[in-house]
Parts: sequence; structure tokens; C-alpha cells
Amino acid sequence: MSLTRDILVVDDELSVTQAVVKVCGAEGMSVTAANDASEALRYLERCTFRLVLCDIMMSGLDGFELLAELARKGIQTPVVMMTGYSTVENAVRSLSATGAVDYISKPFTADELYAVIRRSLRCSMLMDEAETAGLRLNRCMSYVPCPSPYYRLGYISWVLMEDEGTARIGVSDLFVKAVEGIRGFELSAPGEMLAQGTPCAVATSPDGSAHEIMCPMGGKILEVNETAQSSPSLVEKDPYFRGWLYRILPSNPASNLQWLSS
Amino acid sequence: MLTNNIGFKLTFAVVLTVLVAISIFAYFNIQSERNSLLSEVERHANQLSEAVKSDTEYDMLHNDRERIHESIRRIGGQESIDRIRVFNKLGAIIYSSDSAEIGTMVDKKAESCYRCHSAGQPLEHLEQQARTRVFRPHPDSPRLLGIINPIYNSQSCWSAACHAHPRAQTVLGVLDVTIPLADVDRNIRRSGVVIAIFAVSAIVILSFLVGFMVRWWIGRPVQELLTGMRQVAGGNLGHRVTVKRDDELGMLAQSFNTMTDKLAEARLQLFQSDKLASLGRLAAGVAHEINNPLTAVLTYSSYLQKRSQGRSEMRDDLDVIVSETIRCREIVKSLLDFARQTVPKKRKADINEIIGRAATVIENQLSLGRVKLAMELDTALPQVTVDANQIQQVFINLMVNASDAIGESSGTIKISSRAIRVGADEILQIKRALCRKRHDLVDSEFRIDDKPAISMRFRKNGQTGLIHINPMYGSNQHQLGEMPALGEGIELMCPECSVSLIAEGELCPDCGAPVYAFEVPLKGIVRGCLQQGCGWRRWDQVDSAWNDEFVEIRVEDDGCGIPRAQIPKLFEPFATTKGNKGTGLGLAVTWGILDNHNGTISVESEVGKGTTFIVRLPVDS
Repeated sequence: MSLTRDILVVDDELSVTQAVVKVCGAEGMSVTAANDASEALRYLERCTFRLVLCDIMMSGLDGFELLAELARKGIQTPVVMMTGYSTVENAVRSLSATGAVDYISKPFTADELYAVIRRSLRCSMLMDEAETAGLRLNRCMSYVPCPSPYYRLGYISWVLMEDEGTARIGVSDLFVKAVEGIRGFELSAPGEMLAQGTPCAVATSPDGSAHEIMCPMGGKILEVNETAQSSPSLVEKDPYFRGWLYRILPSNPASNLQWLSS
Repeated sequence: MLTNNIGFKLTFAVVLTVLVAISIFAYFNIQSERNSLLSEVERHANQLSEAVKSDTEYDMLHNDRERIHESIRRIGGQESIDRIRVFNKLGAIIYSSDSAEIGTMVDKKAESCYRCHSAGQPLEHLEQQARTRVFRPHPDSPRLLGIINPIYNSQSCWSAACHAHPRAQTVLGVLDVTIPLADVDRNIRRSGVVIAIFAVSAIVILSFLVGFMVRWWIGRPVQELLTGMRQVAGGNLGHRVTVKRDDELGMLAQSFNTMTDKLAEARLQLFQSDKLASLGRLAAGVAHEINNPLTAVLTYSSYLQKRSQGRSEMRDDLDVIVSETIRCREIVKSLLDFARQTVPKKRKADINEIIGRAATVIENQLSLGRVKLAMELDTALPQVTVDANQIQQVFINLMVNASDAIGESSGTIKISSRAIRVGADEILQIKRALCRKRHDLVDSEFRIDDKPAISMRFRKNGQTGLIHINPMYGSNQHQLGEMPALGEGIELMCPECSVSLIAEGELCPDCGAPVYAFEVPLKGIVRGCLQQGCGWRRWDQVDSAWNDEFVEIRVEDDGCGIPRAQIPKLFEPFATTKGNKGTGLGLAVTWGILDNHNGTISVESEVGKGTTFIVRLPVDS
């Protein structure tokens, strides 16, 4: 455990790992490449990584099995899932119970990769800080307190079921912190349909990078929070109440809820 | 094998029957011919024998033997007579045309004697028939007919001067006349030959006639049906059997064609579903495989793009690489969206609202002002159970297509919605109605609600005229015109061929009035009550689905239209008419979505005039 490196990229496709090594190396990150899950596990036992970038569909152990293996071995390194077969299910499953911090679909540009890596690193750093600060140990919620009826998709977004059958959607405080503040939002219009696990909004952080916000629940947009759009700082200040993004009419809440954590 | 041919078997059976019948007829005919000829000869011989007897009677009484000899020789010398002889009771030949045998004895067992002497005690009386005999003196000589004529004792005999015979004697002797049968036998043979020739030629002609008719009425249509079935079995569902006739084989051919059409339709649907499913699997595989190399391309190129700040000549090229790679990413993504084919998440929704939403999305894309969007939505539509997202996608696709079809010119996209009962116009509106002789009863001269009506001619009590039936099945607004009271004796017929259109032996179960019947090609028999105001009708093919209610949405444009040849391929994946502009998946996805909803999509198009897509969604699925 002597060596600490920034990123471990796991993919059975050499061209992908080489590209990640090159692009991230150019940004000054130290990157190790593994061709399959068992090789990745050997590296993870020998070195400490700040982040794992892991493909889902691999020969041998797949990405989800690798995640389970990490949990079994008590390795806490944050994992970002990536896949060329970006189904809603893959996305949602990565962010739900399996414990990956984020999800990126292939192919991606260098900037998209940097953005995900940066916010994931920062997210795990924030969580570590919260942990060392002796707060409650629940990984995501420990950092940001929020009312109990909220459901969340990973650390990214939340949904609150309302009494009249509608639901409110917003972005989590951890996500806002991980992207280091939000300069602007790109939101959908009322009447449009949202699907769970697909991007429902794009947040621009002060450094200019764009971050897609995964939608926690599918449905028709009834209302868009104009205030949040016009003054994004509101979301930074109060992400769970006045900083909501959409009010939706969920199309299939029961099946959506199984992927969310409370 | 010829013997396995149904025509041959039928012909063979008929010919065999005819052969047996004619043979029996010929046999009995020859028999009766022979009998009548023989009895004629017999009668002739009898007359002859009587003539000889009466001719010689006088001479006998006067015992003038020389004259008797002379008479018998003269008569017996004729060509048609073999011989005449008289012998006494003891069998001694007294007179004969053959003078050599005079004085010789006749054996009682001989053919001229045994009739009477065969029973021991000689008979004294013989019936006319029993007196004749047909015999051959030698096995290879021609046949002869002999007739014996007993000479009975009479008063003039025993009282004659010569006193030759005692009174107690009954039979004095026998006159035996023998006639050759050679001529008769020749005639019998000739008539036998004639009858045989007649029988054979009748059989031959009949075989040809029967064979030809069987071939014409059964062999050929069966052969054609067989060819059709082989074609269909071999997979050519486009093959149609062209047997146009009124009999059972014609009906069979028609049913066969109907069946083939349905099969073709079902296969098309199945084929489409199957193709979409396999395309889905393929797309998933391809997406995964392609996304990896694309990842490398996109990361490297976007990385280089970032680093080439300030070097514009390189930057421009890299911009192209990055944007084109991103375009690839979007194509793969749409492939995956298409492949996903998730079970639709259905809930009750207002279709007009979905259309409205799709229109909002599309409005920005419609080239400013050029394309007008006209809505004709029925506000009282029943709700449908659909996945609103997917159905919205359907309308977006259709509207984008319509807008593309309009192209650079200006035009209108018209979207209309309405609730319909089953199958709609082309099933409900009867466009062809056939009598039993396959004349079309639909008459464009006479219209009900601007639709060509079904016309029939009626006749009752010498009064005749046309009645018109509303072609919209189920509307019951017949225009019967100057129609006499229904009931006994009403005739209803095809205006062209006068074949009856009354359903025989069937009365309306509701009101007891006569029932008309006609056929809608490929869609079965339609029957209905003739009574105005009585709504009874039956159309099995449609009634079975009658209770299905649909919402129909028509997306019409006045754009360039689609050539006829392209229409069958329209819903196939990668069949784009837009060249490089489209992926060719839009309509395939649309089709897949509607199929998942138990809905249908069809298209009507005319090049240069525009295209209409008709979407139907079941109200209670």
C-alpha cells in the first residue's frame, strides 16, 4: 500500500485504456491501466488509487461484479462506471445500490472525462472529509442533511414524492459541491418527458465544464423552477427546498423507486 | 403417375360404367335379334310345311304316289329348302326330295323323331314350337332348321277307296321339312358385328367427351389449385389462383386466395417484428463494439483539439473530427434507443394532449412560417392506455417526416384525431360487393353520404326497380325507394345478371323479413335485413372484431409524396428516402412502438400530392 496513484482504468479494450492513460496523463494525473477485473483487483491490493474508472461489460468479472468484490474486500476507492452499452438500466444500476459514484457513457470527449473525474474525486474527498469530521457514516447523506421522505439517485439527484401524486426533482448538495458551484443550468421545458437515468439538466460549473444531471424519476414536466434557472446560486444555497428544478407527473413511480435510496 | 390423376380416375370410372352398360345392352340386343330371325324362319318353314301338306292331300287321298313324288321333288328342289320328306309311323321314308333315301328307315332317335319318341310312349300332339329343331348334320356343316308336321288320320283316309289305313291309327306319318340356316346365321353375325361396332364407338366417343369435360371442369382448376398450393408452400405468398367460376372449385380457389392473403399479411407482420427484434440484438452488439473505438477516437481528437489552441489550420480539422465523431455517437445512441424496445409503460392518457406536446417540440424545428401546422382534434376522444413518451415520439417522427416531405417549399401538416369503431373506412365502407356471378353491385352513379351505394334490383308483382344500400356497414340507412311491401314473392337480384341476392331459406331473426346477401372480396359474406329500420346484419369477419374501439390519428402533408414502389419497404429499418439526412430508423421505431401498443400504422400517398399516415390505437387494450 505504499504507492498512491490517481486513477485505475479498467477496460478489456486496449484503445480505451490507452486513450484514458494518455489524456489523463496529459492533465498531470498518474494513471494505471488494467485489462480485466482480476488484474484491477491485483493493482488495488498493491496500490492505493484515488479513483477507479471501470467498464461494465468485460469478459471475466464484469463491472458490477468488480464493484461487489471491492465491497467484499472493504476497498473504499470511489468507482466511476463507464459503458458503451448505455442503457437506462446500466446507468441507474451503477448509481444505485452498487455504490459507484458516477457514470459516464462511451464514447466521451476528453472534457467530459475530466469533468466526471474531477467531480467524482471531489465528491469522494468531500465524503472523506465528512467521515473524518466524525459525522454520521452514511456515505452520501452524511455530508448533507435532508428530510427523510427524499429519495436519491446516487449522490447526484433527488426526488420528493408529493401528496397530490406529483413529484419534485432537484440536484443534491453533494453534487453541487463536487462540481464546485453552479454558474448556470440548461433545463428542459414544461410538457417534455423525462426518463429515469437519462440526463434531465446540464449544470455548468464556474470552470466552464458541463455536468449532466441524471434524472432520478421519469415523468412529464409540469413546472420548471424559473428562479433556480435565473439564479443558480439559489440551488447552491438551498438545494433541497427552494432550489428544486422540476415538478413532474411521474409516469411509473413504483418501478423507478426501486433504484433509488432513501 | 397418370393413374394418380383425379381426372383420369373419374374418366376411368365413367367409361367403365358405360362399357358394362353398353356390353349388356349389346348382348341382349344380339340375343333378341337372333330370336326374332329364327322365329321368322320357323314361321316360314311352318307355312311351307302346311302348304306341302295341303298341296299333296288330294293326291294322298287318291293314293297317287307318282304325283306326290313329283310335288315333293318340285318343292324340295327350291334353293331355300334343304329337303322335304314324308315317313310313315314306322319310320320308313316314303317320299323325299332326295330320291336316294326313299325306302330307307329313319332312326327313332334321329333328330326328326325324338321330339315325340323320346318319352317312350310316342306323343300324338305337338305344339308348333316343339315341332321345330335346329341341328347340324355334321359338326362343321351349316345349321339347319327342321320342322315336322304330323299327318293325322281322318275320315277321308280310313274311308278312302284304297283302305290303306286302319281307323284306330291316329298318326299316319310325318312330313319333315328341313331349311338351311346359313343365310340367317350370316345375318345374325352381321348384326352382331354392327352392334359391336356401335358399342365400341359409343364407348370411345363417350370416353373422349367425359375425359375432356372432366379435364375442363375438374382437372384444370385442380391442377391450378395444386400449382398455387405448391407455390405458396414454396413461400411465394404473392401467387394467386385464377380460377374464375361459380362452382365449388371456384369458391375453393377464392378461399385459397383469401387464406394466402391473410397468411401473407401475418407473415409480413411477423417478419417485421422478427426483423426488428434481430436488428435490436444486432444494434446492441454493434453499439457496444463501435463505442469502444469511438471512445478512443473521441478522447484523442478532443484532447488534441484542446491542445491545438492557436493553431487554426489544425484546429479546424480537429473540430470536424470531433463533431463527426459526436454525430456517430448520436447515431449509435439512436440505434440503441431503437434496440431497447422496452415494454411500454402504459397508463391512461389523452391522445390530443400527447399530440399537442409533440407539436410543441416540433414547432421549433418546422422551418419558420413555411410549414403550417393545422390541428383538427376531436375533443371528445376516449382515453387510450399508452406509454405517452413513446407515442409522443411517434408523432414527432411523423411530423418531422411530413416537414421533410414538404422540403423547401411551403405547405401544411394537418393532424386530425377521431374515435372510430373497428378497422375503419376500408373495412366498414363496402367498396366492392359481388353477386354470385361476381358482378360488382357497388354503383358509383348513386351515392349515399357521398359514398357509392350498393344497388340491387327488386321485382314483385311485375313492379321492378332499384334499391340502394348504404355502403357504410352498420349504418342501416338504406334508401329503398319505391319499394313494394316486403313478404312473399319479392325477388332481389343483381342488376347485371339477375342472379338472386336473397339469402335462400333465411329470414331476419329480428323481424322475419327477407335477407339479402353479397360477398365482399376477401372479407366474406355480408347479410342484412331488407326491412327499412330493422338493423339486423351479419358480417362474420367484421362482427367478431366489432367491439374494438380505436382512436385514429391522421398526419397529412401536402409534400412530395412517396412512390408506390417504396411504400412496402417504408417501415423497414434503414429504408430511408432522405438520403444521408436520416438513419432510416424513424418509421421502423414508430412501427415497433405502435406494434407494442397493439396499434397499427398505415400510409396513403400520392407522388406530388402528399402523404397521409394513419395511426390507430386501441382504446381498451
